[in-house]
Amino acid sequence: MRFILRRIGFYLLAFWVSITLNFLLPRLMPGDPVTRMLSRSQQRLEPQQIEALQQMLGVNGGPWWQEYPDYLRRVLTGDFGVSISRFPTPVTEVIAQQLPWTLLLGGVSLVIAVVLGNLLGILAAWRRGGLLDSVAPPLLVFIGSFPYFWLAMGALYLFGVMLGWAPLRHAFSVGLTPSWDPTFIGDVAAHLVLPALSIVLVSIGGWMLGMRNTMIATNAEDYILMAEAKGLSPSRIMLRYGARNALLPSVTSIGMSIGFIVGGALLTEVVFAYPGVGYQLLAAVQGLDYPLMQGLFLTITAAVLLANLLVDLVYVRLDPRVRVA
Amino acid sequence: MSIQSPESLAHAAAVRDAAEPPSTRSIATRPPERRPRARGRQLLRLLRALSRNGKAVAGLVILLVFVALALAAPLLFPGDPSRIGSGGATPPSAEHLLGTTAKGQDVLALTIWGARSSLLVGFVAGVLSTIVGIVVGLTSAFFGKRVDDALSLVTNVFLLIPGLPLLVLLAAFLPAGLGTVIAVLVITGWAGSARVLRAQGMSIRGKDYVGAAITSGERPLRIMLREMLPNMASIVMTTLLACVIGAIGAQAGLEFLGLGDANTLSWGTNLFWASSDGALMIGQWWIFVPSGLAIALVAFALALCNYAVDEVTNPRLRRPRTARSATAPTTVARKEDAR
Repeated sequence: MRFILRRIGFYLLAFWVSITLNFLLPRLMPGDPVTRMLSRSQQRLEPQQIEALQQMLGVNGGPWWQEYPDYLRRVLTGDFGVSISRFPTPVTEVIAQQLPWTLLLGGVSLVIAVVLGNLLGILAAWRRGGLLDSVAPPLLVFIGSFPYFWLAMGALYLFGVMLGWAPLRHAFSVGLTPSWDPTFIGDVAAHLVLPALSIVLVSIGGWMLGMRNTMIATNAEDYILMAEAKGLSPSRIMLRYGARNALLPSVTSIGMSIGFIVGGALLTEVVFAYPGVGYQLLAAVQGLDYPLMQGLFLTITAAVLLANLLVDLVYVRLDPRVRVA
Repeated sequence: MSIQSPESLAHAAAVRDAAEPPSTRSIATRPPERRPRARGRQLLRLLRALSRNGKAVAGLVILLVFVALALAAPLLFPGDPSRIGSGGATPPSAEHLLGTTAKGQDVLALTIWGARSSLLVGFVAGVLSTIVGIVVGLTSAFFGKRVDDALSLVTNVFLLIPGLPLLVLLAAFLPAGLGTVIAVLVITGWAGSARVLRAQGMSIRGKDYVGAAITSGERPLRIMLREMLPNMASIVMTTLLACVIGAIGAQAGLEFLGLGDANTLSWGTNLFWASSDGALMIGQWWIFVPSGLAIALVAFALALCNYAVDEVTNPRLRRPRTARSATAPTTVARKEDAR
């Protein structure tokens, strides 16, 4: 319990840091961000938009010690202001439309990469020096060396443009309305294949190598020898005795990799014009939509922190040593 | 962007911290037994061992080829490679070995010129992140207690905040330019290396010779730099390589999003233009393949070096000479016993 409380405290602190970073960034820049934005947008903004911007960035307010608590209060009550590029939609509404798609894309690719990567790692460690162990790691390291977005571009070109197997962009076909009927779900799944594939391809190597290396250590334990001596079936030893004990570091790295997946999803979404938070973040940056940008960044951070907290909870459940300590 | 990211290294350190069963990647738990007489001897031994390692040699050769090409760019393709020519996009031919872009630029020239900025930014940002990591990690490990608590907290917070979104946010607010790109990469990249180096520093901090140095009244800075740092050579090297890989990938991502310095010519901006000119959709594969392949090859070469350092310093990861049967697991134990 103390462990969990400490972690929660830590995540709250991390969240506070990112809020403060968000608060400080526009203020640390030389000059007035609103004026700079105005000059960059070439007077395209309406007076109300300027006002919304000033309010969000707090440049018309008093000194920072008055603005800062105000800013904190607004962010904590979920008030990120009004989007500039989609004026006058509130930022929270824009984010609410995008978030499910990123969760879907990130979640699906994370689960596939973790499960498949760990299975491959278990098998590679079990037959050490075998075909899988000698061919897969270098190959996956090589694939993992490609930038996320480049692999996504390659997949898009090969399977989308050349072969025409998969749709090229967006999360579902134009003309369909989101609902739970089978045609729509099938359509979403078809649009998900390529983006998810590119994320899985890049990240699977890390999982495999990590699992393989822990598994090699675990396989050297005495209880594995004991299990062999008892004459247990190899698959039982591999999965129940070896893999089960080697799995713990993988659980920790899930937490670590979530931020990574979010970054990968961001680039992949841009390549596929997938309507997630990453795509929106870039659109916000290009549209100089600072309130939306900040809202998206805080949402992504909050999601990553929450996911890490979940991993911690699972970890406590899995590893009794944490509970005792 | 690679699997050998600082995060994954940091994860390995986190695993060690959590007192897991001895990890095979545990460089940190396998401290150097002897204190080197002369400074840098360990490094020298490491380099000699690396020169006999196939992975390291392959990685270094690939790297050297890229560096040589980057340096020779003005000789190979004199003139401004991004000058807009006539003719539009043509597939690879004898005249333009890798074809031309929609603007009539030679793709091979763009790729080779792009190597200059990509490699420069990658290495500079990687080295700087590692230096920050060394400073934070060593300070944390040497002083311990409050200092360690505070520094670890900052490190962990930075590790947790998702890197790429932060990168995007910073790049959007800061004035565009090469310096900004490097600064942003260092801000988002140092935490992973600090985490790993702290873990290693902690194990060295407990060694007798560090205690002896303290007792004999050496200054902290001297102890950190002359006693502790040389004994962390191998882990500093893997961290550095991981940081460079991370920086090259992150720079490419940033520039691909159009957030880098639009005036520089790099692999990332090449891909940005390829994508914004719609090269992908009309099937001009020769425009986007070379730059991506170049990034991947450099990252792969660095990763090879990284694994080689790992293998050289951690005997348990060395490949068994012959393929083993299904009973392989215990051979590791047998090997250990034999030693």
